[in-house]
Amino acid sequence: MTTLAVWKFASCDGCQLSLLDCEDELLAVADRVRIAHFPEATRATEPGPYDISLVEGSITTPGDARRIHEIRAMSRILITIGACATAGGVQALRNSADVAEYASVVYARPEYLDTLATSTPIAAHVDVDYELHGCPIDRGQLLETIGALLVGRKPDLPEHSVCFECKRRNNVCVVVAYGEPCLGPVTRAGCGAICPAFRRGCFGCFGPAERPNDEAEAALLESTGMSGPDIERMRRLFDPGTEPVGGTS
Amino acid sequence: MTHRHDRLIDVPGLARVEGEGAMHVRVRDGEVEDVRLEIYEPPRFFEAFLRGRRHTEPPDITARICGICPVAYQMSACAAIEDACGVTVPPTIAALRRLLYCGEWIESHVLHIYLLHAPDFLGYDSALDLARDRRDLVERGLALKKAGNDLMEAIGGRAIHPVNVRVGGFYRTPAPADLAPLRERLRTALDQALETVRWVAGFEFPPFYHDHEMLALTEPGRYAIESGSIVTTGGLEFGVRYFERHVVEEHVPHSTALHAHLAGRGRYLTGPAARYTLNQRWLSPLAKEAAEAAGLGTQCRNPYRSIVVRAVETVYAVEEAIRLIDAYEPPPFPAVPVPSRAAAGYGATEAPRGTLFHRYELDADGMVTSARIVPPTAQNQAAVEDDLARFVAGRLDLDDHLLTHQCEQAIRNYDPCISCATHFLDLHVERS
Repeated sequence: MTTLAVWKFASCDGCQLSLLDCEDELLAVADRVRIAHFPEATRATEPGPYDISLVEGSITTPGDARRIHEIRAMSRILITIGACATAGGVQALRNSADVAEYASVVYARPEYLDTLATSTPIAAHVDVDYELHGCPIDRGQLLETIGALLVGRKPDLPEHSVCFECKRRNNVCVVVAYGEPCLGPVTRAGCGAICPAFRRGCFGCFGPAERPNDEAEAALLESTGMSGPDIERMRRLFDPGTEPVGGTS
Repeated sequence: MTHRHDRLIDVPGLARVEGEGAMHVRVRDGEVEDVRLEIYEPPRFFEAFLRGRRHTEPPDITARICGICPVAYQMSACAAIEDACGVTVPPTIAALRRLLYCGEWIESHVLHIYLLHAPDFLGYDSALDLARDRRDLVERGLALKKAGNDLMEAIGGRAIHPVNVRVGGFYRTPAPADLAPLRERLRTALDQALETVRWVAGFEFPPFYHDHEMLALTEPGRYAIESGSIVTTGGLEFGVRYFERHVVEEHVPHSTALHAHLAGRGRYLTGPAARYTLNQRWLSPLAKEAAEAAGLGTQCRNPYRSIVVRAVETVYAVEEAIRLIDAYEPPPFPAVPVPSRAAAGYGATEAPRGTLFHRYELDADGMVTSARIVPPTAQNQAAVEDDLARFVAGRLDLDDHLLTHQCEQAIRNYDPCISCATHFLDLHVERS
């Protein structure tokens, strides 16, 4: 039986929780794969190698930068799940800041901490086979990916923008109708355009779509009355950028 | 083996808890010398990068601290920022927030009862193993959990990191017709929740008790969830804005969580057992009846029985959600304006795992200049370590394998959320 392992790095647990949130499908999935390592769900653990590894979280400590290589070596297919694993997550906001100063703000004794200056995606350290984006990931995409791999086909994961999902869902465009700032045109689809359905602009939690038109997006945001720093903060929350990143690989 | 006087017991990676931690116990000359709940979940520095963000941003950002209780973060953040700005949301918006929060209590409590905690009492490694023998039980738990998630999706847009919460209220409020199908599902969930109380009440609870001071929000007339002031079993009473005067945090070397104490008083416990002990008179008649039938009594000081309290609180949350849906009146506006001002604001709500405190300072431009977040698991860490020291001391005749397993179970009694506390656990018992 196909073996599945779930791993955690710096994260909120939400993406692996998405698997336990598949209330209607969880037991059926457990009938078809052997859950060999999933500490949040079971204390039983089997040694690798594993057919499929789901990796949540970003790399933020020297120990984790080493551990991800061990996990890669034990995994036939490695899938990163969620914004932390695929892009560094909200904690990558540290990447443009002074981490020593950050540590001193939060912790009385920063010298007790062992942390890297950056929060980096898994792919900055090891080869990744598939990426599931989102903060959190979409349950449907997770089930699609596991299901596809079980029958040996490529998962159907969209690369277009949230705008397409709005059209499909018959959402009114929140920029046009309400003047709400929206990152939908430059954000990867997958959530089902939830925010616009709630009359709120997309805030980019699935990360950038393929080939985003950044200039047009900047003009669009300005047209809603947003200023430069507000635009920068909105765009960077789940997209720390693609500058060369630190790390050990 | 069972008579060694010096031992080191290590659980390097605790399973069935949220986040990453470990436990070390050092035994020397037959005495427990040190117990450390280690939190090696990496630091994520939320309080640092919240600085310089606009006052409207903390609900979305702090939700990302925890995938299991994002609504708690959103609600404490909104409460603190609205406090800073001198805004009180109308009762219709407050009621919708409480309804969303009921969804999170149901989802989180049922996750812990069925998937994380119950397997310990029944001798299984996981709920998935339990499902091989008793699929009906696990299916009941998953259906009940789904009722909570459905509620969160209907009001919040999604169950993990809901998108519909904003400072001042919501982006879009549901029409009464949107909530009607939920009401039917919650009727079924109420039966499942009552069955859950009866089921867990029949578990065997080792006779282990603590005398910690317990702390919770309280509110006259109803079981406190999203608002209230703070009380303790030791007789302290104070408003949320005085939290930092009474709760002091210290940074210990073995943890990326900060340990909290009550100033001049020491360790304390927050969470379901504290809420039940302090606020049970405000439970609904049905939840009270279920608690009484389950043998809970007037207080809960046996950590193992916390599973019964979670089940009783699930009954309460389901019933309260039905009540709120029946009474629902769509607010005239989804949100009220919250113009910023230079001020500090304080907010606390009852996350499923206990009191969650936020403080923000804003400047005249509405930017956050300082943020402080005190999650429940960090508040509980000192009390949990104290319990573990006494727990191990009473079980030194057990071999390492059994002792380690029992320590893990003892930790899971507290439903520690390490993702939250990390700024928060590995089990080592060292008998050197």
